[in-house]
Amino acid sequence: MSTLLSVQNLSKHYTLSGGLFGAERRLDALTDINLEVEAGETLAIVGESGCGKTTLGRCIIQAQPSSAGKVVYHPKSGGDVELTALNKRQIKPWRQDIRMIFQDPMSSLNPNMRVFDIVAEPLRIHKICKGRELEDRVIGTLAKVGIPAEAVGRYPHAFSGGQRQRIGIARALVLDPKLVIADEAVSALDVSIQAQVLNLLEDLKAEFGLTYIFISHDLGVVNYIADRVVAMYLGHVVENAPTEMLFERPRHPYTELLLEALPIADPTRRKGRKAEVRGEIPYLGNRPVGCPFHTRCRYAQDVCRAEKPALRPINGTAQEAACHFAEELDLKGAYDDAPAREFA
Amino acid sequence: MAVETMTDIPVSTPIKRAKRESQTALMWRRFKRHRLALVSLWIVALFYLIAILAEFLAPHDPGAYSARYTYAPPQGLQLFSTDENGGWRFFPHVNGYSTEVDREAMRRIFVVDPEIEIPVQFLAPSDPYLLAGVIPMSVKLIGVTEARAPFYILGADRLGRDLLSRLIHGTRISLSIGLAGVTLSLFFGIIIGGFAGYYGGWFDSAVMRVIEFIRSMPTIPLWLGLAAAMPKDWSALQTYFAITIILSLIGWTELARVVRGRFLSLRTEDFVTAAQLDGASDWRIITRHMVPSFMSHIIAAATLAIPGMILAETALSFLGLGLQAPIVSWGTLLQDAQNIRTLASAPWLLAPGVCVVIIILSMNFFGDGLRDAADPHGR
Amino acid sequence: MGCVMRLIPMGGKNMTQKPILSIADMSIVFSSPDEADIEAVRQVDLTLTPGKTLALVGESGCGKSVTARAVLRLLDKNALIQRGSITFEPKGEKPVDIAKLKQDSLPLRAIRGNQISMIFQEPMSSLSPVHTIGDQIDEMMTIHEGLKPKQARERTVALLDQVGIPGARERADAYPFQLSGGLRQRAMIAMALACKPQVLIADEPTTALDVTTQAQILDLLRQLQADFGMAMLFITHDLGVVAEIADEVAVMYLGDVVEQGSVFDVFAAPKHPYTQALMSSIPKMARKADRVRLSPIKGTVPAPKDRPEGCAFTSRCPHAFEPCPTIRPARTDLGNGHHARCHLLTRVPVEEPA
Repeated sequence: MSTLLSVQNLSKHYTLSGGLFGAERRLDALTDINLEVEAGETLAIVGESGCGKTTLGRCIIQAQPSSAGKVVYHPKSGGDVELTALNKRQIKPWRQDIRMIFQDPMSSLNPNMRVFDIVAEPLRIHKICKGRELEDRVIGTLAKVGIPAEAVGRYPHAFSGGQRQRIGIARALVLDPKLVIADEAVSALDVSIQAQVLNLLEDLKAEFGLTYIFISHDLGVVNYIADRVVAMYLGHVVENAPTEMLFERPRHPYTELLLEALPIADPTRRKGRKAEVRGEIPYLGNRPVGCPFHTRCRYAQDVCRAEKPALRPINGTAQEAACHFAEELDLKGAYDDAPAREFA
Repeated sequence: MAVETMTDIPVSTPIKRAKRESQTALMWRRFKRHRLALVSLWIVALFYLIAILAEFLAPHDPGAYSARYTYAPPQGLQLFSTDENGGWRFFPHVNGYSTEVDREAMRRIFVVDPEIEIPVQFLAPSDPYLLAGVIPMSVKLIGVTEARAPFYILGADRLGRDLLSRLIHGTRISLSIGLAGVTLSLFFGIIIGGFAGYYGGWFDSAVMRVIEFIRSMPTIPLWLGLAAAMPKDWSALQTYFAITIILSLIGWTELARVVRGRFLSLRTEDFVTAAQLDGASDWRIITRHMVPSFMSHIIAAATLAIPGMILAETALSFLGLGLQAPIVSWGTLLQDAQNIRTLASAPWLLAPGVCVVIIILSMNFFGDGLRDAADPHGR
Repeated sequence: MGCVMRLIPMGGKNMTQKPILSIADMSIVFSSPDEADIEAVRQVDLTLTPGKTLALVGESGCGKSVTARAVLRLLDKNALIQRGSITFEPKGEKPVDIAKLKQDSLPLRAIRGNQISMIFQEPMSSLSPVHTIGDQIDEMMTIHEGLKPKQARERTVALLDQVGIPGARERADAYPFQLSGGLRQRAMIAMALACKPQVLIADEPTTALDVTTQAQILDLLRQLQADFGMAMLFITHDLGVVAEIADEVAVMYLGDVVEQGSVFDVFAAPKHPYTQALMSSIPKMARKADRVRLSPIKGTVPAPKDRPEGCAFTSRCPHAFEPCPTIRPARTDLGNGHHARCHLLTRVPVEEPA
């Protein structure tokens, strides 16, 4: 496998003006993010709301400028493209390779455009094809996501949420991309529809050899779809590991907390009192000194309050965590001994 | 919220006509539910039709005066007359006047005399004229057959000019000045507000401060000042345009605010982000994705701004600072109704005021209806 | 009418406890001037028992919120409870049929917020932004119980403490916007519990929250139920949450309760094809080796006007056969309070429902 995209020391902060006479305040949304996306994998980014996962996705795809650091794309043709250094015109050709699927199927489709035009828009912008060829390509892509040809003349409001999400997927795929960033792409959908869309994403990945960055707060879905998981907390990557390793034995207390809190659809595995799941994400403006998680961590020691742990490989494995005690702690995973039941 | 969101339609079911509509069609359907707005739309359309066809509809030239018939009361128009046997026959006519002398005021007054019947003809031939300044015509909707006979359906003013004709020509000026003012305001509003909303930053702040400054000035003194600064020797046409510009100097601020607000809220919408990620240029995003999404709102806002313009023109002209004498507008017409004695003896001179009230109310109802229809939350 | 002050003894172990609220054969019809009437809820039977939680689960548009709102008569004017009854029988009092009470009548208002209260998905919509949370809870007590302001505040602080708001005495003077999402949700729960209701209706109270906060709120609700012994109607779309909190579950699809029973029975052996399909739509927490591809329900929920005469699930059901589109399946008793509406269950047993 080769690296498709690397994020190097990426930071993003916002400056909040304190009104006319107030002092300016800095709000760090992303701090020193490093990660690599391998070609062909599904990388999930998880965390609570406000952890920076959406901001990271938007900074990678250059929907937002970052404050420091680089995002480098490695196209198949060779060479490194530093996306963060390009201007609007220079980045345009690369926009074909990296595409995005949005969370809200209502607001991500222009209500004034017909479905055909929504999906054709990227092709027209990049002047890839027109006329008959354009028509075939749009209708073909829509057919792939399960929207029949006779529906292409309709406006988005005539479709259900799941169908709208399919249209959004078609818009992302029509340019034949390499990397697709899906920002909570199934969160707004009902479970039965969510399952359809998850299967669709899997099939499309296999068919087109796609790479996904799958941003989600739902660890159940992440366990199902992802090859690797990046857990974020307060703008930091706290753990980065292959899915099974992370769910089997998390190495960061925050990851354990997330797994602990995850409700399992099986009353016999009910978790009961979750005294351990405590505290709430602090406001980004007053970030703790030391380990960002120490205010909620039940294993916190003095060193955690003073010193910020770096993200490092644990015991030489592919699992990386940013915790002073990652090796010593015996954290609980999500795969319980209870076997998965079948409803055949 | 009626039923919880039950919008799911399987692809297989036949989609109803209603579901295929564009946003515009959807808006029109919602608008039609608003009875009052629909009626108002027809009234507004009627007024604009009158404005366009002014020369054809007005029986006289608005400036044609007749010293013989000063303050002649309204004759009314009758379509039938009774013959000797008491039967009815179709005979469009107006009644003539007989003269009496008011002993106290020592002046001549006219009384409508039912004995005199002056025949009236539809599509009467007239002197050649240009309809709306382009189409040569020599026929009017209505006219008297005897050239010299008095014909004042709505009465005459101090100089014996036909009020109906003046009202019809005034409609043209007053309505067009509203429309022109709003168009000009819209032009500035969309450009300035659009830039402020799309790019934000210091330009946005600067524009907003300027708008606040302009809006904090009392309008009447401002207009007075600007109008007083107009050279007296300007032609009627020049004054007309100058007044339009003065009115839109204030008017653009409101529209710029609306446009800026829409841009600001649309800028964060996912479909705009999606267009940016498609690699679309700013121009394409603005013209193809943003403007169509709020055009209906802008039209509604503009419609609601027109009555303000009309009122402002009327007020300025009424005060003698707007349009001047040879131009006929509702405001200049109302100038004649300024003094109470005239009003007591010739109340028909208030007719332009009635027109103002009707058109302002209709425009407001129409604009409200449009706004409600354009608002997706009103569904 | 004052708040019922006495605590109901915990009914956890007592299986034969009398129901406090029974919805029987209830149908709700929505009318609109443009379209035909829609039966959003049809012939629903539900019972709530003190100390127990009934989860009402289903996808958007299935009528679960409408059902819950009907209990407090919070429906819009165009909705009509066309048939059936909602019998509320508080301990030691005469039963009342809430469905027959007049909208905004005195007896209804005495029940609302006092004996039956409700919490919502978005706490900001039920908390006033211009009053402190303490004042809002005080007010409930002074109005319904006639407490003096001082006494009320003492009780409020105790209550805020009980719902796990740290520094309750100071936080009572906070405005809702000053609290985080989780604390706001707790404040709303405190307000709902101010008059010690006997029934608590929770409409997706954790949907907008993070998993960690959700776990805390679920815990809190369980704890409070143990303390107060109230019956709870919990509306959600998340089967995981159902498994966490419910004693009984009712699955709704397009206005029908298709299956109901004890949460253990239903999760262990779902009898209705919709319940089965719903369960296989959620990814299992399993290792890659045990991973099974999801088998989603085909198609989408039809519009209410296109609902088949018979079983609402016909158009998406993999087992549909002759009677399904035309004949509405009866409520079949499967023993131990487990019911389902499916023709497969009454079919002459040639083959088992898959």
